[in-house]
Amino acid sequence: MENTAITEEIKPPNTSKGPVKWLQDNLFNTWYNTILTCLALVFLFFTIKGSILWIFTQAEWEVIPANLQILMIGPYPIEQAWRIWIVICTLFILLGLSAGVWKGLVLRIAITIAIFGLIMLLIPLDIVKNIEVGHSILEFNFNIIYLILFRRGWLLGGLVLFAVSFFLGRDKNVLKRWIIGGWILSFPYTMIVLHGFGENSVSTTYWGGLLLTLILASVGITMCFPLGVLLALGRRSQLPAIKWVSTIYIETIRGVPLITLLIMGSVLLPIFLPGDFQLDKVLRAELVFTLFAAAYMAENVRGGLQAVPQGQVEAAQAVGLTYPKTMLFIVLPQALRAVIPAIVGQFISLFKDTSLVTIIGLLDLLGIARSILANPKWQGRYVEVYLFVAVIYFVFCYSMSHYSQEIEADLGVGKH
Amino acid sequence: MQQNPTNIPFYRDIRFLKVFFQILFIIGLILLAGFLYSNMLNGLRKQNLPLDLSFLTSEAGFGISEGIDYDPSDSYLKAFWVGIVNTIKVSIIGIIFATILGFIIGIARLSSNWLIRKIATVYIEVFRNIPLLLEIFFWAALIRALPKIHESIVIFDTIVLNVRGIYFPTLERTPEFNTWLWYLFLGIISAIIVVFVFAAFRYFGRLSELHHTDRPSFISDIIFGAKWVAAPTFLIVAIAGLFLTSEPPFVVNRPVLQGFNYAGGINFSPEFSGILIALTIYTSAFIAEVVRSGIQAVVKGQREAARAVGLKESQVLRLIVIPQSIPIIVPPLTSQYLNLAKNSSLATAIGYPELLHIGHTMMNQTGQSIPIFGMIMVSYLIMSLTTSAFMNWYNHRITRIGRSS
Repeated sequence: MENTAITEEIKPPNTSKGPVKWLQDNLFNTWYNTILTCLALVFLFFTIKGSILWIFTQAEWEVIPANLQILMIGPYPIEQAWRIWIVICTLFILLGLSAGVWKGLVLRIAITIAIFGLIMLLIPLDIVKNIEVGHSILEFNFNIIYLILFRRGWLLGGLVLFAVSFFLGRDKNVLKRWIIGGWILSFPYTMIVLHGFGENSVSTTYWGGLLLTLILASVGITMCFPLGVLLALGRRSQLPAIKWVSTIYIETIRGVPLITLLIMGSVLLPIFLPGDFQLDKVLRAELVFTLFAAAYMAENVRGGLQAVPQGQVEAAQAVGLTYPKTMLFIVLPQALRAVIPAIVGQFISLFKDTSLVTIIGLLDLLGIARSILANPKWQGRYVEVYLFVAVIYFVFCYSMSHYSQEIEADLGVGKH
Repeated sequence: MQQNPTNIPFYRDIRFLKVFFQILFIIGLILLAGFLYSNMLNGLRKQNLPLDLSFLTSEAGFGISEGIDYDPSDSYLKAFWVGIVNTIKVSIIGIIFATILGFIIGIARLSSNWLIRKIATVYIEVFRNIPLLLEIFFWAALIRALPKIHESIVIFDTIVLNVRGIYFPTLERTPEFNTWLWYLFLGIISAIIVVFVFAAFRYFGRLSELHHTDRPSFISDIIFGAKWVAAPTFLIVAIAGLFLTSEPPFVVNRPVLQGFNYAGGINFSPEFSGILIALTIYTSAFIAEVVRSGIQAVVKGQREAARAVGLKESQVLRLIVIPQSIPIIVPPLTSQYLNLAKNSSLATAIGYPELLHIGHTMMNQTGQSIPIFGMIMVSYLIMSLTTSAFMNWYNHRITRIGRSS
């Protein structure tokens, strides 16, 4: 008691460091680190200098604006482009509502996407294209102005809808169920709107570019998930027939390269289908992606299932839950949470793997890039084109892995 | 529940239902398979292509740009084998390079140097998040854009880059090589003699000093001697042999411009170089992550304890961290190796004659797509299963060592 009276308050040691101290600690703390730092600096200097020189002086960037439309939507007819814009606006509404209802991480993701949209609104790539071709701004013909205003109008509309639906959906928890339903329905909805009916319909042969890449990836990701969970449960099943069939399926698919299966899908599948029944190319590729990714997904989910203690299952059985209920409400939520990084990693590789459809002749983002380079007019511009395409892939994959880490933190993996 | 099973009607008896549904499941599968099979027969009849394996022994008639000895007059089976060998070749070389690069980057990712750490992070994130096929196209295009033969880029007079690919120097044997082999043999013999003499001295020397209860083992003396005495002896004899032979047992064979082409050394064709560079860089980014997480998975307390007992930083890594992280690293490393081998099939997109590419050519020529796809799938499955069996065995071995010592 007496001690407390005379004890001075001891301040914590000063841990903040000046920049010099930081340099000393992180770059020059030992002699070999000093050497490494110097080497790295020299390396960085030459790489960055070379890249900047190349980007601003040597590279001929007009190939990108000139082909921007085809890179984005492929050979999709421009008169029908409003369908794509309708889909984008619908997705913006759903995104706004979700952001309003769930907040937190969903809101952060939604805002990032909206900021991307805003940047797209402001970047004058399509205007640059027409200046490069030789028109001055005054010479713009009606068509070009119309096209530019058309795109800006739709995008602006989408962003406004996003903001409005965000405010409408704020704190309305009753909407949750409807929004989830909306997201599920958005897949067939997108397909129907993009395809259309009657004489103006656009067959999947005309789908391409980033549009096709995104469709292949998102449908594949959504479809492989339930199938993968079923396969994982099948592999751990106590019924030998189901267990062995699942195991053989998973191991066979995982043992062969995806491209073999894709070529099989395009060459061999028609032989196995009854007579006149035709599946179109995009659908066949999609089928192969789903079946392929499901096998990998099953292995990830199985890892999660193994991490759930047996006691959880026993407790669920003790309170009288049936097998489906035990799995759905007790085991799977815990199992999936444990393997989020692996699952997202799988989604990322599926996204990257969609580029393989180039080999079977579909015009996805990479396929379009190849077809641009095959054009004699753009011969030798491969670094520019591949770099641009690489940046698009990178942005998608990197944000997926970034947000998976945030989801993990949000769900408190490893804390419960 | 099961006290009185007779009261349960059979259609609610779980034991019956289990068997029943499995049988139903199997019947469903058989029906599906039968349906596909009959479709296949119909389809093949329409195309007038009976299933027939005899084409395998007939003349292939197409050329293959690189690989083991092959002539267009050889059989399809031989052509297919060339494809398998090419796949294995690019996989093994790719695995070696990717492992080396991956370990360097992975360790750099954990460096105490901020700049090195950041460079490694950027490398990993960039190459992991771009599709491999795009990287393959990029490198292949870059190599095809290399200068013509007479304007080749020559690095240090040894490595030559031009539109025909990359040339590396090789070591070539001279007639004196066989003489040198005798020196190597002599080295082995003398190393064995030296190690036994050394171990015997050490063993008996210690035996007299120590109490008879903790007897040192002779085997451990031999192992110690092999490392510190036998290996140097062997090296000394081998190097002495290099000088004692009348001319060097091998010479460096540099690529030299002769007429219209480079001769000598070894040539990596543009396709091979493209796929190899792409596979190496792409996979090394994944291996780096595997290495990083493996090293980080070693509990922090282990390092702290090692430092507390006074080990140097290098010893902490060598004796404590690495032995414990290897068993963690091996399983994911295996799957990266398998991925690399499977990804090598993408080489077909730039025309490197690997398994799938040759299979595809065969299919176009004969129309026998079903048996050829079967052969391709079985080849990949065998490669995958052998690799994973080997790595499982290795993993098992090192985990056991880890536990016992």
